[in-house]
Amino acid sequence: SSQHIRELPLVLVFGIATSPMVIHSLLPHSVSSLLCIELFQSLSCKEHLSTIIDKVLLTAQFPFKLGEKVLQVLINIFLYHDFSVQNFIKGFQLCIVEHFYSQPLSVLCCQLVDAKKRVNSLSHDQCENIRRLPSFRRYVESQVSEKQVALLTADSFVKEVTQKLLEDLHVYHENYVSVLRCLHVFISSLPKYPLGKQIRELHCACLENRVWETEEYESSLQLARMLNKSDLVTMLQQCVEILVSSSGKEFDKTVGKLKEFLTQFQKLEAEAFQEQDVSISSQKELRKKTDLYHLQKTLLELKESRRSKKLTKFETLRFEVVDYIDSLVRNYLVPADHKTLHEILYFNTASVLRAHLNAAPRIALHTALNNPYCYLKNQALKPDGGSISNKAPDICIVYKLHLECGRLINLVDWLEAFSTVVTAAEGPHADAASSDQVDDIIHARFIRAVSELELLGFIKPSKQKTDHVARLTWGGC
Amino acid sequence: GIKVQKDKAQPTVGVKRLVKKLENVSDDEAKEILEENNYVAALGICAQDSVGNDSNVSGGEVYSFQTPKRSSKMAELASELARTPGQSVAPGHSKCPEKTAKTPQSSSMLLLLMHIFPLLLQSKKKEFVSTTPYRLRRRLTVPDPYVESESEYSASCSEEDDEENQKEVGTVLSGQKTPAKTNAAPASPPRNTVAKKIKEDKMTNLMEEYFEAHSSSKVLTSDRTLQKLQKRRLNQQTLHDLLKKAPLAYAAEIEELNQHHELQFSKWMLQLHLGFNIVLYGLGSKRDLLEKFRTSMLQDCVHLVVNGYFPSISVRSILNSITEEVLDHIGTFRSPLDQLEFISKKFQEDSSLELYVLIHNLDSQMLRGERSQQILAQLSSLPAIYLIASIDHINAPLMWDQAKLSLYNWLWYETTTFSPYVEETSYENSLLVQQSGSLALSSLTHVLRSLTLNARGIFRLLAQDQLENKDNPSYPGLSFQDFYQQCREAFLVNSDLTLRAQLTEFRDHKLIRTKRGADGVEYLLIPIDDSTLTDFLEKEDED
Repeated sequence: SSQHIRELPLVLVFGIATSPMVIHSLLPHSVSSLLCIELFQSLSCKEHLSTIIDKVLLTAQFPFKLGEKVLQVLINIFLYHDFSVQNFIKGFQLCIVEHFYSQPLSVLCCQLVDAKKRVNSLSHDQCENIRRLPSFRRYVESQVSEKQVALLTADSFVKEVTQKLLEDLHVYHENYVSVLRCLHVFISSLPKYPLGKQIRELHCACLENRVWETEEYESSLQLARMLNKSDLVTMLQQCVEILVSSSGKEFDKTVGKLKEFLTQFQKLEAEAFQEQDVSISSQKELRKKTDLYHLQKTLLELKESRRSKKLTKFETLRFEVVDYIDSLVRNYLVPADHKTLHEILYFNTASVLRAHLNAAPRIALHTALNNPYCYLKNQALKPDGGSISNKAPDICIVYKLHLECGRLINLVDWLEAFSTVVTAAEGPHADAASSDQVDDIIHARFIRAVSELELLGFIKPSKQKTDHVARLTWGGC
Repeated sequence: GIKVQKDKAQPTVGVKRLVKKLENVSDDEAKEILEENNYVAALGICAQDSVGNDSNVSGGEVYSFQTPKRSSKMAELASELARTPGQSVAPGHSKCPEKTAKTPQSSSMLLLLMHIFPLLLQSKKKEFVSTTPYRLRRRLTVPDPYVESESEYSASCSEEDDEENQKEVGTVLSGQKTPAKTNAAPASPPRNTVAKKIKEDKMTNLMEEYFEAHSSSKVLTSDRTLQKLQKRRLNQQTLHDLLKKAPLAYAAEIEELNQHHELQFSKWMLQLHLGFNIVLYGLGSKRDLLEKFRTSMLQDCVHLVVNGYFPSISVRSILNSITEEVLDHIGTFRSPLDQLEFISKKFQEDSSLELYVLIHNLDSQMLRGERSQQILAQLSSLPAIYLIASIDHINAPLMWDQAKLSLYNWLWYETTTFSPYVEETSYENSLLVQQSGSLALSSLTHVLRSLTLNARGIFRLLAQDQLENKDNPSYPGLSFQDFYQQCREAFLVNSDLTLRAQLTEFRDHKLIRTKRGADGVEYLLIPIDDSTLTDFLEKEDED
């Protein structure tokens, strides 16, 4: 009832998961025609994922990094299970928690300045932990013997070396990120994307193993050698931008070299006209009237000349550019596993992640019921052949017996079968005295096991026949 | 697939373009296969498990198809399992003792032998005998190295018992011996073709089994009932006593397992504080484990324990405990959602409030409904409320859709304990356990609805009196005279006889129990636990 109601702008915001047609179907035409509808689209979830990976992982700002297996698990859960960015973030948080909880050397996983300070105050146990790291052991083996002895005995020397190695690792990260982006620029426009279209795919490939040894890399290089001039020039310019804005300090020379390539490409433009004459003259030859034999001869000559033809200046330049990029890749895109002390910064136990995020309770039940030896490490439970031992826990025996039944299970038969197995398990030394009592106890055990199976949801009481239970699952579990 | 559909929208498309688009589609498929391999490598069963629990089970083994079963299979498996290796077998069993000496058999081998045995035993269901030879013959073509050993098996077995079936056995076995022998000879060289044939046979076997299993809806179980067994029915108490006498098998290993799980307690505390909620799964009762967690870690914290397995637990009661006991608020709410809002407001206002909620059996009968899970999910998403729960049912994860999963924010922990489900099953209405006279809340209200208003008043008086004296363990009940006085004062009865008639009716419905005290006075008791009575009275007051 305000007087300003004619002037107040009212904006209705609808959140729709499907299509804007929904509004037209929900509201009558008289209403929707008065609305001035504007459409806004949020980014697709894959783009959100790429942004997250870009800003959190592919940056030298945060020292914590994910190993290849872990990253694959998280990305696969995203792509194949739920497309949920929130779950990805949750998984990432879990990785951080796990890393800092289970790796004692993760005190050093921080900014370089702090890490150096903390190295100085490491205890002897921590130095032992460093010595036990597999990457450190590889490093020690590659040193001369005096250095080896020093590394293995003197804590102070280890601390010095650790500081240096950590610095190397940080520098490696800075360089890695920039060169990765450059490589991405090159391969993102290749047909069929042999190394993947998104930078995260490229990152996974580089983490996994030496990317320059893979087939996909070979085919990418081959395709890159066929790029046209304008594409190459744009890519080089983008690379220059990336390297200039990177925090790595080693790239001045690289930038210089790339700029040189660019100027050479510009020079080529001027010389381009002279090249055209040669090709035109060969075409004119073909158009002259000839007979079959002469045509064949001319074509063969042309083929020969083309094979031994000197590469044009553009092509040589292109080759040089691709080779230079290749050298950059080999230098800087070493997989993280090959760097010493990578365990401090990288979290790679994918199994823990899978167990907590992607659990399969049914499989756990199945294993426990079919193969109790997995959990109860008692020799009596070792499976002989395919079936379980008759000394298995009651619920396993009852479960195995019920698998052999159809839809309905007669409780009396079940009880008899159960007591056969259990009395045999107890062996012939089962006392004859108070066999009635033993019977009662077996009866009680059976009742409990059946109630447990009911609780777990394998059976339920049935009214179809007296003293029968209905089976609720089929097959193995 | 999407590209092809786009083609359909444009009727005029050149052949060349179509071919190109189809090529693109097949490329996509190739890419999909590659990506699927990637998925399997990262998340599938071949991905390494560093825990070393050998739990690399494929889905096909867990969720297999229904196969036709015969009625005697269970008995056979029982006698099979009853035979322990190395021990002499009782003469009553008409089985082949050499079985135990043989090398490990695959499970298909076991099934195969199971088919041979009923031919030797006196089988009641004769109709299956005719089909087994066919199946046996087909199965015999499958495992090559076992064929020879097995044909000599059947030969030795046939030497024992049963004249009736001897002839049939003879014909069957002789029938199967020849294909077996002929198969054994050329078996070794053409391995590939045999393997392929095995695979085809397996598929057709599977198909036939499926249709056979689903063909008849007859129930082919025996007709024995517990009456005939002449076992006395045990009630809950006797059951409990008997089981206490029986020693727990593998106590040492179970203890070891529990120790292993207890190491994770501090990790759970950390993760709870970081905003995750913990859910425990695995075979065995996790009640003791959670109790241990509570006593060792939560002694100084405000915590709430919910026994999900209790048959009259409800979300309402959980929320009520929080508002009344944790937040000290006396008052009722219009709906559980209002209550939830109030709780979240209070927790937001007071940042020092923290509540740990332990729920045993989050998937219990009473809590598994959609509404209950929604409310619990919203409750657990509050930052100051830390939830740790256990689930047991095989289909428990089905309760949660994506929305609830994101509210709950679960971290899954496998805590297989192999402990017996003592508490959880003490409330189950098992077929074999005699029901005691107690009624649950719903049956109580149901019965009382059918009675008159006066009757309900009378019962309520008795209930109130009982609740007032609930702290007195030696309370004998309300004496008849006092009760009569109270009823008269409330104008519910006008004579002794009416009250007695009403009480007889209650007794018939098993609502009250009368006991004669030492002084000859009749005492009336309601055989229901106090909490159910309180709930009942609350409900009555609401209506």
